[in-house]
Amino acid sequence: MSDDTKTLDVWVAGTEEPELTPTDEGAQEIAIDESGRRLDEQFGRVVEDDYVFDDEAEEDERMILNMGPQHPSTHGVLRLQIELEGEIIRRTKPIIGYLHTGMEKTGEQLNFSQGGTNVTRMDYLAPFHNELAYSLAVERLLGIDVPPRAAAIRVLLSELNRCSSHLVALATNGMDIGAISMMMYGFREREQILAFFEKTTGLRMNHNFIRPGGVAADLPPGWKDDVAAIIEEFPRRLDQYDDLLENNPIWVARTKGVGVLSAEEATGYGITGPTLRSTGVDWDIRKAFPYSGIEQYEFEVPLGEHGDVYDRYRIRVEEIKQSLSIVEQVMDTIPKGDFRVDDRKVTPPPRARIDESMEALIHHFKLFTEGYKVPAGETYVAVESPRGELGCYLVSDGGANPYRMHTRAPSFANLQALPIAMADSLMADTVATIASLDPVMGDVDR
Amino acid sequence: MTWPEFWIVVLRVILTFGLLLVATLINVWAERKILADMQNRIGPKRAGPWGILQTVADGLKLFFKEAVTPRKVELGMYLLAPFLAVVPAFLIFMMVPWGKPFTIAGNEVTLQGADLNIGLLFILAMSSLAVYSVVLAGWASGSKYPLLGGVRATAQAISYEAAMGLAMVAVVMFTATQGDGGTLSLAEIVERQAGTWGDIIPALEPVLQFIPRWNVFPQIVAFIIFFIAIVAETNRAPFDLVEAEQEIVGFHTEYSGMRFAMFFLAEYVNIFSMCAIAASLFLGGWNGPTFEGAVPAIVSGILPTVWFLAKTYFLIFLFFWIRATLPRLRYDQLMQLGWKRLIPGALAWLVLSAFVISFRQFGAPWSQ
Repeated sequence: MSDDTKTLDVWVAGTEEPELTPTDEGAQEIAIDESGRRLDEQFGRVVEDDYVFDDEAEEDERMILNMGPQHPSTHGVLRLQIELEGEIIRRTKPIIGYLHTGMEKTGEQLNFSQGGTNVTRMDYLAPFHNELAYSLAVERLLGIDVPPRAAAIRVLLSELNRCSSHLVALATNGMDIGAISMMMYGFREREQILAFFEKTTGLRMNHNFIRPGGVAADLPPGWKDDVAAIIEEFPRRLDQYDDLLENNPIWVARTKGVGVLSAEEATGYGITGPTLRSTGVDWDIRKAFPYSGIEQYEFEVPLGEHGDVYDRYRIRVEEIKQSLSIVEQVMDTIPKGDFRVDDRKVTPPPRARIDESMEALIHHFKLFTEGYKVPAGETYVAVESPRGELGCYLVSDGGANPYRMHTRAPSFANLQALPIAMADSLMADTVATIASLDPVMGDVDR
Repeated sequence: MTWPEFWIVVLRVILTFGLLLVATLINVWAERKILADMQNRIGPKRAGPWGILQTVADGLKLFFKEAVTPRKVELGMYLLAPFLAVVPAFLIFMMVPWGKPFTIAGNEVTLQGADLNIGLLFILAMSSLAVYSVVLAGWASGSKYPLLGGVRATAQAISYEAAMGLAMVAVVMFTATQGDGGTLSLAEIVERQAGTWGDIIPALEPVLQFIPRWNVFPQIVAFIIFFIAIVAETNRAPFDLVEAEQEIVGFHTEYSGMRFAMFFLAEYVNIFSMCAIAASLFLGGWNGPTFEGAVPAIVSGILPTVWFLAKTYFLIFLFFWIRATLPRLRYDQLMQLGWKRLIPGALAWLVLSAFVISFRQFGAPWSQ
């Protein structure tokens, strides 16, 4: 019993029960707060308006709720342990690792040309960004520059990928808040982009299209029509989303002031991407450390103000518009030329040459069995993925496999913010906050 | 009670029950189809023409599934809750007149389960009772997510039932001026909405004689409040906090098989009953042109039921439309809407319509 409590001649539960006299009934232990304010509250002499439960609530008034890994709106297999007081969340503990597949370790077993198939599966909503970060890192170790056309194709694909990833974020954010139609609309528009990806790379996801040394193939014939159709269609669709969400008072009430992060918290936790920019911090890798020639194109970095779910949603919508503008510029200015570097030690020979030249056959065989050797050294290259700074750290010991590959996953860092963003909010805000951080569990666990 | 009277009672209860079941089957299918259409999907299409038998297929599937009983449940309440959901849902509809009364061999047949003179009170009582099923299901499941759902249901039902009741009072008060004294019988309220407004305001007679004498026109605010309240009362979006599957998965998380199907059935039966009540209270129920004499007698006999169903399905369509459009409210916003907007609004409207009615009946206070 601490000093600031005084026993008022009563029986305390757990001690030996005294013989009760009739007057002892109902007597209780009363905590005496010397400030008097708290005592007044307890005696009902003052009424606290908008009374907020403090941390001194009884242990048994709290309930630990397990949310996930099987829960409709934890975006995969995220598990949260939530300490609830009624419907109010006091503490949150994210538990990750349910999708851990050891991809970073696997990366050490694959040679540099095989690595792309591995990293593309990490953030499965933004596969091009993973491939891009990896390829840029390998190229920096090799000391090669890709031709301008390859760089432009990379920008085109990765910015379209940003749109498709943000569309999923908008769709799931809508779904989690209860706007079920938004789910379908977001996926409908994403389909258009995925169809273009499939036409270009042969796959809808996990493309392994951006490779060290360039891209796997040139853009397919008629690609300009497809991209132009996307650019024409999307602004109209985004306006429709505004009608459905932005002009909807319930949506605004559900998102404004929810899941708030301050700029200090965001920078302190290493949060990047739309979540960081929603707090007003102007930080975009595309501007800070331009890659793949993205500095040639004009675009703005939309910033938020309050760091809440609403700002993050707005930023995603605006970023889709900015990415489309980049895509349009790429489409207009794409240079002619080769789509991969003209370096026989990295790039496999064209298929036709293999039938004619013994040396080409040998090169092809060596490249796809042994791989190419990369000079010893280490490097870190980051790109701006839809979720934030996606970095690839590569160490080479001079062999054909990386000595160490590490991915700086934005979802992993962003997830750290969940306990702060969710503290003292309502149960219904949980799902809105998770969706607005847009974690991809494949990116978190790797 | 004579034998013919007895058989008439049996027949009309069975007919009402059958209508409700068929309407519910169609409801579930219609919701899926309409939502699918609004969301660029196709919806059910395999079972029967346009997938109309989808609900039957789903029902059969659930019927033959194992009803798992988790170990931690409070067994008695756990088993009772689904029945507590279904029974009031069916009883509510028994109050609704769904067709024009007619006479067979000197016996008057009212097309309604039972014409109680306290019909509206019975409806309120039953809809309050239905909340117990959710609360008990949440509590008896012995699981945390259903418990949260049950707690939410308690608060929601209390707030929105008050608004619903107050909106009903305004209608009852208005109906009392439309005929011979006040009534709480839904059949009587519907009958008093027959015809058009006619010459109630002489200057506007050319227009008013074409406008049906529905309560919705003088009681538009009460209608809006009532409609919002029944959306909340039936736990539909955007007030579906009780079974918000994205947050707390729902109060029936621990139910499976036929027990879950009963909650599901109760929800859709409730939607139909509540929309039917709204149509009867505000949209004139089965009233509508019957073209008597111009068309065969059988057609003009069925037409009132058709009007009733058309009005009800119009309101049900609004339910689906709202669900496709609006996000879900948060718990505190739900409470705010209920206590700070709807209930004061309903009270203000009640006072205002009381003032207008007494003014029309007794004249201005200073004129006497």
